[in-house]
Amino acid sequence: MNGVAAGKPQRIDTSPHVSDEIRHTTCYMCACRCGINVHIRDGKIRYIEGNRDHPVNRGVLCAKGSAGIMQQESPAKLRKPLLRTGERGEGKFREIEWEEALALATRWLAEVRNNDPKKLAFFTGRDQSQSLTGWWAQQFGTPNFAAHGGFCSVNMAAAGIYTFGGAFWEFGASDWERTEMFMIFGVAEDHDSNPIKLGLSRLKARGKKIVAVNPVRTGYNAIADEWVGITPGTDGLFILSIIHVLLKAGKIDLDYLLRYTNAAWLVCDEPEANDHGLFLRDAEGNALIADRTTGKVVSRKEKGVRPALQGRHVTPTGRTGVPVFELLARKYDDPRYSPEDTQGQTGIPAAQTRRLAMEIAQAAFEREVVIDQPWTDMNGERHEKMVGRPVSFHAMRGISAHSNGFQTARALHLLQILIGSIDAPGGFRFKPPYPRPVSAQPKPHGRKACAGEPLPGPHLGFPEGPEDLLLEADGVTPVRIDKAFSWDAPLSAHGLMHMVISNAHARDPYGIDVLFMYMANMAWNSSMNTTAVMKMLTDKDDSGQYVIPKFIYSDAYASETVAFADLVLPDTTYLERHDAISLLDRPISEPDAICDAIRWPVLEPDRDVRGFQSVLLDLGARLKLPAMVKEDGSPRYKYYADYIIRHERRPGIGPLAGWRGENGEKSGRGDANPGQLQAYISNGGFFREHVPPEAAFFKHANLHWQDFAIKTGLQDKHHENVFQLYLEPLRKFQLAAEGKAEPQPPHTHRQRIIDCFDPLPAWYPPFEGQMANEEQYPLHAITQRPAAMYHSWGSHNAWLRQIHGHNAMHVPACVCDELGLGDGDWADVISPHGRIRVQVKRMEAVNPKTLWSWNAIGKRSGAWTLDANAPEARKGFLLNHLISELLPEQSDGLRWSNSDPITGQAAWFDLKVRIEKSATQGEETLPQFSAQQNPVPTRKGDVAYGREWEK
Amino acid sequence: MHPAISVIFFTVISGAGFGGIFWIGAGLADGASTPLRLAAMFLAGGMAIAGLLSSTLHLGHPERAWRAFSQWRSSWLSREGVLAIACLSAFGFHALLWLTGYPGIFIAGWLAGLLALTTVFATAMIYAQLRTVPLWNQWLTPAVYLGFSLSSGFLLVAAFSPPTTFLGWPLAIAAVLLLCIAWSLKASWRMNGRCKTLETRGSDIGSATGLGALGKVRLLERPHTGENYLTREMVHKIGRKHAAKLEMLAVFLGLVGAGLVCLAVWALALPNGFLAIAFLLQIAGLFFERWLFFAEAKHSVSLYYD
Amino acid sequence: MTSLPARVEKKLGLVIDLDICVGCHACVVICKEWNTGSVGAPLADVDAYGEEPSGAWLNRIHTFEISPPNAPAQIVHFPKSCLHCDDAPCVTVCPTGASYKRSEDGIVLVDESMCIGCGLCAWACPYGAREMDPVEKVMKKCTLCVDRIYNENLQEIDRVPACVRTCPANARHFGDFSDPQSPVSRMVADRGGFDLMPEMATRPVNKYLPPRAKTCTGQGGEQIPVTAGFLGWLDRALDRLG
Repeated sequence: MNGVAAGKPQRIDTSPHVSDEIRHTTCYMCACRCGINVHIRDGKIRYIEGNRDHPVNRGVLCAKGSAGIMQQESPAKLRKPLLRTGERGEGKFREIEWEEALALATRWLAEVRNNDPKKLAFFTGRDQSQSLTGWWAQQFGTPNFAAHGGFCSVNMAAAGIYTFGGAFWEFGASDWERTEMFMIFGVAEDHDSNPIKLGLSRLKARGKKIVAVNPVRTGYNAIADEWVGITPGTDGLFILSIIHVLLKAGKIDLDYLLRYTNAAWLVCDEPEANDHGLFLRDAEGNALIADRTTGKVVSRKEKGVRPALQGRHVTPTGRTGVPVFELLARKYDDPRYSPEDTQGQTGIPAAQTRRLAMEIAQAAFEREVVIDQPWTDMNGERHEKMVGRPVSFHAMRGISAHSNGFQTARALHLLQILIGSIDAPGGFRFKPPYPRPVSAQPKPHGRKACAGEPLPGPHLGFPEGPEDLLLEADGVTPVRIDKAFSWDAPLSAHGLMHMVISNAHARDPYGIDVLFMYMANMAWNSSMNTTAVMKMLTDKDDSGQYVIPKFIYSDAYASETVAFADLVLPDTTYLERHDAISLLDRPISEPDAICDAIRWPVLEPDRDVRGFQSVLLDLGARLKLPAMVKEDGSPRYKYYADYIIRHERRPGIGPLAGWRGENGEKSGRGDANPGQLQAYISNGGFFREHVPPEAAFFKHANLHWQDFAIKTGLQDKHHENVFQLYLEPLRKFQLAAEGKAEPQPPHTHRQRIIDCFDPLPAWYPPFEGQMANEEQYPLHAITQRPAAMYHSWGSHNAWLRQIHGHNAMHVPACVCDELGLGDGDWADVISPHGRIRVQVKRMEAVNPKTLWSWNAIGKRSGAWTLDANAPEARKGFLLNHLISELLPEQSDGLRWSNSDPITGQAAWFDLKVRIEKSATQGEETLPQFSAQQNPVPTRKGDVAYGREWEK
Repeated sequence: MHPAISVIFFTVISGAGFGGIFWIGAGLADGASTPLRLAAMFLAGGMAIAGLLSSTLHLGHPERAWRAFSQWRSSWLSREGVLAIACLSAFGFHALLWLTGYPGIFIAGWLAGLLALTTVFATAMIYAQLRTVPLWNQWLTPAVYLGFSLSSGFLLVAAFSPPTTFLGWPLAIAAVLLLCIAWSLKASWRMNGRCKTLETRGSDIGSATGLGALGKVRLLERPHTGENYLTREMVHKIGRKHAAKLEMLAVFLGLVGAGLVCLAVWALALPNGFLAIAFLLQIAGLFFERWLFFAEAKHSVSLYYD
Repeated sequence: MTSLPARVEKKLGLVIDLDICVGCHACVVICKEWNTGSVGAPLADVDAYGEEPSGAWLNRIHTFEISPPNAPAQIVHFPKSCLHCDDAPCVTVCPTGASYKRSEDGIVLVDESMCIGCGLCAWACPYGAREMDPVEKVMKKCTLCVDRIYNENLQEIDRVPACVRTCPANARHFGDFSDPQSPVSRMVADRGGFDLMPEMATRPVNKYLPPRAKTCTGQGGEQIPVTAGFLGWLDRALDRLG
C-alpha cells in the first residue's frame, strides 16, 4: 500500500524551499566559461548548477564548477591591499588603504612610463580580460605584455591560425552530431572540459568510434574505443605516418585541396635563388599556378584553370616552380614516415597505424555526410549541397607543450585538410569569429615604444617573415623582455610568460623596473624550475636592491606568489565581479552561433577588495593614459562595467556584441546601450546569435558566412582564407638563416632555424630528449590535468582538496618490476636539472616509458592558508622542479630556452628522467621549502555549509 | 573492522557480567555469605551495566539511545537493548526477593540468567548477522560469545563462592573445563573462519565492481586522497605478525594463565577468592581476543579500497 | 518501522554507464553541494584546511585498472552511491527505526532526528554507501535527491537527482525500474546492466552498464591498398574531377 495514500505521515519534506533567487553568471573555476545558475538563499549561495540554456555547457557542470561555494568560502581570500614589510617570499605584509596602494602603484608606473616604458613588464596569467589588459598595456606604451598562452598551448593555436585560420577549443570543435570517427590527442582534461564531455557522450550515444592518443589511459582516454599509448613527443611522427599511408593509398580529397588550399601554388625551385622555396608570384603578388592541360603558368586568381598538382613548371618570366602538392607528396612518401619505420620511436605498432589510417579513410570517403543546404562560395559558385568528410580531431597541450609542438600541430592540421574535413559536415567546425587567417590578424607591435606614448597597435600578432620581428636596430636584440618575436621565438603569438622573470633577472636583453602580474602563480606551479624563479625574485644586486626592483601583483587568493610581491592588489572572486567574455578576446561561440557572456556581482564582497579590471582603469586614469581620460583629464570610465558598456574598439564594436544600439535592438554592431548589462542578466548572462544555415559550413570560403560576419561586426571586410599546406613564412626564416634575406639571425641560431622551420610539417625529436643522455634519462615524465582541480586554484577549496590532497608518481609496471618499486614506496626522480622525491603508484595502462602525475597538486608549505603540514605540501609534489626554462649547456656554452624554436611554447612535456628507489624511505616529498606566512588569517576546524537551512 | 575500545570493553565486560548473572541465577553463589553474595551480585550487575554504558560511548547521539528499544522485531541491536533491560530488571527483582527473603527467588534467578544468556546471544547476533563480514557471519560467533560469557562469569561468581562443588566438580576444575570449552569454541570459530572469507562467499574486487569478467581488477586510485569514515571504520589493516603476537597473548592470558591459576587453586586448595586472579587474567586475554575479533574481520567495503 | 515494506509502488534508482564515465567527479561534488544545504544536517568537513581534511560524501568515484588476459590494461572510473536495495540490510539492522525504505518509491532514507549514530547500518551495507557525518554524528546517505525529484519549487525538467542533472558525459540515468518499459529498464536490458555483489543478496535497484569492448592496441586488420605510382594516380584522379 502506498505509504502516503495510507495516511502515513511523510517523514521528509519532499518539496522544500530551494532558493530565493537565481542569478545567472559565468563560471571561472577553470577556463571553460560555462553558464551557471547561482541559487541565492538568505543572501548566501545555496548552490550552483549549470545553466541549461547556455551554449557552452547546456546545463551540465563539472566538479570544479559545483565547488564554487567553497571557493567563495575560502579563508585564502585576500582582504585588503598589502604592502610588503618583510623580505620577499616571507609573506610579511601590512594592510594599507586602497588610496595608498593606488598612489604608490601610480608613482612606480608613472616613473617608468615617463622614462622608459619597456621597464614595465605586465603579464596577466589566466586572465579572461585580455582585450582590456592588452589595450591598457598598449596605452601605457610598454612592449612587454602577454598572458599565459606561451606556457600553455600557443603551438596549437598558432599552428592552426597559420595553417587554416582556426584551431581547437575557442577556435573550433568537432561536429559532434555528424562525425563518424573522432581522434583526441594529448588531452586528459581540457579547457573545453564540459563541451568535450558532452561531445563524447553524443558520440557514444551515436555509436561512433573514439580513438585516444595519449601516453596515459585515464579520463577521456579511458572511455575511448581505442587507445594509442604513444611515447611523448612523437605524435607528429605518428600523424605523418598516417599521412604517408593515406597518400600512398590515394585517400585524400583532391577537390577540397584544389578549392581551399595552396596545394597547386608553385614554389620556386631554383636552389641558388634568393627566393628558392618561396611562392612564385605575379606582379600583383598573386601566387602562380600551372594549368595541367595547357602547361601555362597563370595567377591563381585566373578563372577556368585546371591546376596542376605536380611537375616542374616555368613561368612566362622564366622562373621555375613545383606545386606545393608535389613537394608534399614526395616528402611524406619517404619510407622514413612509413609506420614500420616510425614504430620504434612512437611505440605504436605499424599494423595499428595502418589500420587507423584505413579507418580514417573509410569514415571520410565511404561515409560522407551530405546536408541538403545550398550555399555560395567566395568565387560566387553555388553549391547545392554541403558534403562533408566525417572524421574529426581534437588536440591540446599533450602535443603542444613540446619543442616540436608547432610542427606537430601543423601535421595534425595538415591531416585534417588532406581528408577535406576542416569546416565540412562531420569534421572540425570553426567557432565564430573564426576562421581568421593570418592575413586578417594583426602583426606584433612594440618596436616604437616611446616614453609617454601608446604603442601603435596590439602587442601580440602573427609575423609573416623576419621583417615583422620585434628587434632593435641591430636586427638581433629583442625588443621584448620575454624575447617574443625575436630570433629565439619568431612566431610567439602569445608571448613567453615563462621567460619574463628569468630574462629580467639576467637583465637579458635588459633589466626592468616594475614587474606587474595578475593571476599568475609564477613562484610555484606556473614556472618551469620553481626553485630558481623564487631565487630570482628574491635576489639582490650589489647595491642591495632586488634585481627585479618592484613587483606589483594582483590575485584574489593568498597564493605562493603573493608572498613575493611588494604591493598586492586584492582582486574579487569570480562571483563578485564584472567581466566580459568578449568576442574581442577569447570567445565562447559555438559553431552554429556567435556567443559572448558576462560575469556580474551575484554576491557583494565582504572585504575591502576591488575587481582588478576596475583597478586597472583607475590606474590608467591616474597615469593619464590617453584612452582612459577625458579631455579634462578626468577618468573616462568609472569602473569595468562602465567600460564594458561604453568602450568602442572600432566604431559600433564594443566588448559585448549583444543588445547594442540605444535600445538594445542591434547585435554585433551598434551604439553603446546603457542597459546592455541588464539585458545580459535578463537573458541568463549570455548573448547568442545563430549563424544562418547557409553560412554554417565551409566558413573559410563561404560568401554567406563572410557577409554575416561583416554584418555582425566580427570583421569589416571579406577575408580570403587559403589553407597553407606549405607555410611560406617559415621558409622566409630559413632563407634569412641561409643568409639569403635580411634581417639575418645571429650565427648561433642559423642551423636551428634551418632544421626546424620546415615549411611543410615535419618531425624532429624534442630538444631535451636529444640533449639528455638516453641511458641516464631513459624515461619521460609528464603531468595530466585532473578533472577536479584547476592548477593551484582549487587547493584552498575545502571540497576539491579532499579529492586531490596529494599526488603520487604513476610508474609503468615494467619499470616497477625492474627496479623493485611498489605502491607507496618512495623514489627519487632525477632529470638533468634536478631531483624530486615522490611516492610511487604502479600502473599498467600507461606508455611503458612514461611516468606521470596529476598537475599542480603539490603546494608550498603554508601557502593558500593551508596548514603548514597539509598533505599538499608534505606528500604532494610538482614536476616543475625537474624542468628548466633553459636546456642543458651546449659545447659552445650557449643555453637554449626550453621552448619550441618557432613559437617559444614552453616545452615542459619534453622532460626526460630516471627513477631510483630512495635510499631512505621517508615521510615527505622533496624538495620542501620553509613554510611561508599567510597575509590573511588561517581557519582551523570544521566546515558545515548550510547549517542554517537544516530542518 | 576498526576495533573501537568502547565496543571491546562493552562486549568483554558486560559479557562477563551477564555470565555472572546467569551463574548467580543458577545458584552458584547460593552458599556464599550475604556480603560476598551481595558483592558478587553487585559486580555482575555492575559489569553488565558498565559495559552497556560504555557501548553508548560509541554512539553519535547517546541521548537518543532510548530509541533503540523500539525495533526489537527486526533489529538484533534493538533486541539486545530490550533483553538487557529485561535481564537487569529480572536480576534486580531476584536481588530484591533475596534481600527481603521472599520466596520465588529460584524462578527469578533462572529468569534473569536465561535473559542474560539471550542478551549475550543478541549481542553476538549483531555481528553474526552481517553478511558483509563473513568471518563474523557464522553460527559459532554466538557460541563463542556465550562460551566466553559463561566461563568468565563463572570465574567471577566462583571467586565469591565457598569451597563447594559444581555438578560434582570442584569449582576451580569446573572453571578450567569451562575455559577449555570456551577457547575450543573460539578455536573452532577460527578454523571455520578460514573458509568464511569474502572470497569463499564469492565476493572479490571483480564482483564488487562487476568488472571481473574483463580481467584482473585492481584499485588504481581511491576516490579521495585522504582517509574517510569508511576507510577508518571498515578498512582496518593489521599485520599478520602483529596479529599472531596478539593471539598468543590472548591465549596465554585468557586460557593458559587463567587455567593455571585455577589448577593452582585446586591443587593447593587455596580459597576460591584466588580465582579472582584467574578472572582478571581471562578478562585481559579477552580484551586481546576481542580486539582481534574486530581488527581481523574483513568487511566487503575493503574490496573497493584495497 | 525498520522492517522492509512488503512491496513498493515504484523502484526508483540510477543506471550508471561505466562505458561513458570519465571520472570527472562532477556528480560527486554537486551531490555534496546540493545535500549540504538541503534538508537534514550539512555534509560536514573536518579539518577542512588542515593536515587531514575529511568529510561526509554521499557519492564517490573510484578508479580501477583492469588487466585483460590478452589486451593492454584499461581504466574504469567507477562512481558509487547508495543502490537503494530491495532487500536493504541497512534498514533491518537499525535499532531505532531511523533507517527506512519508502513503500511509495523504494528510496532508502535516514530520519536523522531518530538516528543514534551507532553505525551498524554502515556495517550492514556491503557497498560503503553510508557515511557518518563527522560533526553531526548522524548517518548520511544518498537520498536519490528525494527533495528534488518531487520538488514543486523546481522546474519539472530539474526534478531529477543532482548528479544526473549535472553529469557532463551523460553517464547517469534516473528512472523507475519497476516498469520494464522505462528507459532505465530498457537500457539495462539492452546493455547487460548488472548488480554489484549479487552474492550479498541485497538486490540493488541501481544498475551498472559495462564498458563496451575496446579495439586492442596493436590490433591490425584490414589495410589500405597502396596505389602504385602515386603521382601517376594523381593525374588520373584529377581528371576524374574534371
